[in-house]
Amino acid sequence: MTTPPSGLGSAQGAGSAQGAGDRRPRVFIVDDHALFRAGVRAELGDHVEVVGEADDVGPAIARITACLPDVVLLDVHLPGGGGHSVVTSVKATHPQVRFLALSASDAPEDVIAAIRAGARGYVTKTISSAELVDAVRRVAGGDAVFSPMLAGFVLDAFAAKPAGGGEERPSFDPELDQLTTREREVLRLIARGYTYKEIAGELYISVKTVESHVSSVLRKLQLSTRHQLTRWATERRLT
Amino acid sequence: MLLEEGGPGRRRPRRLLSRLWSRGRGNGGPLRRRREDRLLGGVAAGLAARTGVDVTVIRLIFVLAALLSVGAAAYVLAWLFIPMADEDGTIAGRAMTDRRGITLAAAVGSLLILVLVVASIVGASWISNLSWPLVLSAAGLVLIWRNAPADERETMRRLTEPLGAAGTRLGMAGPRKKSATIARAALTGVLLIGGLALLLSGHDGAELLRPVGGLILVVAAIMVLLGPWWLRIARDLVVERQARARAEERADMASRVHDSVLQTLALIQRNANQPQEVIKLARVQERELRSWLFDGRAPGSVRGAAVTVASGVRLIQQEVEAAYGVAVEAITVGDCELDDNLDAVLAATREATVNAAKWSGAQVVSLFAEVEPAEVSLFVRDRGCGFDPAAVPGDRKGLAESVRARVTRRGGSATVRSVPGEGTEVSLHMPRRAAERQPSRA
Repeated sequence: MTTPPSGLGSAQGAGSAQGAGDRRPRVFIVDDHALFRAGVRAELGDHVEVVGEADDVGPAIARITACLPDVVLLDVHLPGGGGHSVVTSVKATHPQVRFLALSASDAPEDVIAAIRAGARGYVTKTISSAELVDAVRRVAGGDAVFSPMLAGFVLDAFAAKPAGGGEERPSFDPELDQLTTREREVLRLIARGYTYKEIAGELYISVKTVESHVSSVLRKLQLSTRHQLTRWATERRLT
Repeated sequence: MLLEEGGPGRRRPRRLLSRLWSRGRGNGGPLRRRREDRLLGGVAAGLAARTGVDVTVIRLIFVLAALLSVGAAAYVLAWLFIPMADEDGTIAGRAMTDRRGITLAAAVGSLLILVLVVASIVGASWISNLSWPLVLSAAGLVLIWRNAPADERETMRRLTEPLGAAGTRLGMAGPRKKSATIARAALTGVLLIGGLALLLSGHDGAELLRPVGGLILVVAAIMVLLGPWWLRIARDLVVERQARARAEERADMASRVHDSVLQTLALIQRNANQPQEVIKLARVQERELRSWLFDGRAPGSVRGAAVTVASGVRLIQQEVEAAYGVAVEAITVGDCELDDNLDAVLAATREATVNAAKWSGAQVVSLFAEVEPAEVSLFVRDRGCGFDPAAVPGDRKGLAESVRARVTRRGGSATVRSVPGEGTEVSLHMPRRAAERQPSRA
């Protein structure tokens, strides 16, 4: 009946900076609101090194390919097109740059477009500073970051029985089109607002295992041909 | 008594019963009734799980045994004396303390014995063959009806609904409508004539009047003796049912008042130095109270404003964010239409969310709803101050009455997990009704 003893409170210092080594991750911010960019800069503080900013698709692509940051914090809504086009263009030439989608919108199609274009995670703008720093470190280290909303969306999209009667096409790759029981459990707990560390305590597994489950879900999300996913992607002219 | 009863089908029930009595000593684990895949009390399902025999086979054996001899009584006894898989204590154990239930069982039993006495006088041997098991089953069912947990009672109610409806049509509505009275009189007449004809055919000439007269006298005597008692028991039962309905209504009203008026009063106390805010709160509350008292629109209910679980959750999110200034992170997986049960669980969710927003001190409350084919689950989580659930004073009704009782009254469950200093999570689960389990995920 007890929650894991350590750290219900905050997520900082969750020790997930593997891969980024000891140095601070180099971060690039893309958002069309100057005020918001300044806010994020202040929130990230000394924990990361902000190497640049951009306010639209064109400048973002040019500057990111010039300074090659570890992580790009990307607003999925931009005046000159969706944020996913930034991901697509940069990934084509510089696959090592990692993207973390950051958005005020909870519209699944924006989120899924960014993720399927190659973003390593998605968080909402309501996220606390500590959690944002942690998310940046995680993405820099190659892991995936799921917000509760994204977890809920994935559970919905990968539901056992999709809506709409028989319009679901037979799946070509069952391994990619289904979630394992464990992955479902992890996603449910994320949706309930648990941190990775709390999930690990709840399921009696290590934080590393939680991370690998989430990464595997991210892979399925990016590669699955499941109808719900492809439909959104098609609507956004991604495929 | 049961095993002395003769009949071709008795060997099987004896084996079942001997198994029953050896429970705990056997090597297949203790015999338990199973809530899953039960039709009635889950006895057959429990036996199937214990013996490995297919449940349909066991059900067929029970039905055969019931038709030929003591199957029904054996089933009812098993229902009474075998505990449910996840409960300790049998229905019989609870029935021991239910004095009114025992009286009622005795009344039903004696009524049946009367019928049997008459039958044996008339010489209808096929009735008396079923006699003792019948009396036993009827009395046992009465005890089960009164002492089984809510979900089993619900099963029984559903099974007997058509009977009850027929009874109401013939009986209760009768006195009001002339045509029904005539129909009933006609039916009685037909029965009476048929019965007399039967009696006449069995006897000859002048001899016939004697047994009929005797029979009438015996029946009349027993009626005079026991009639008032039966009447009183029937009346008591009605009174008790009304009292229970009133108590439930009161509990429901208390939780609604808590959700609306008491919550607003608490808010007013906290905003005492902001007159504008206080006026606004009072006005909103007044409007809500009026619409409840005069238009019958219950506060706390999301119905009317929302028709599905997802829209209900969204509504709760907006309301709580607007009233308390905390962020509610609401996530819904799947969706389905609201019914009374789901409305109640959403009202409980709203209450849990309001509680978290008001007392936890956390800036964000997580609200997660998942609609699955078999049940709807809701989780309300905060990372606030938490509390010790054991130390909540009795007059603070929020969690106990508005959340837990509201959900359990309708067959759902609620658990609260809280650690002082770390936060609170309220989990609510409500099984979906069978008829509405079409997948409706969006």
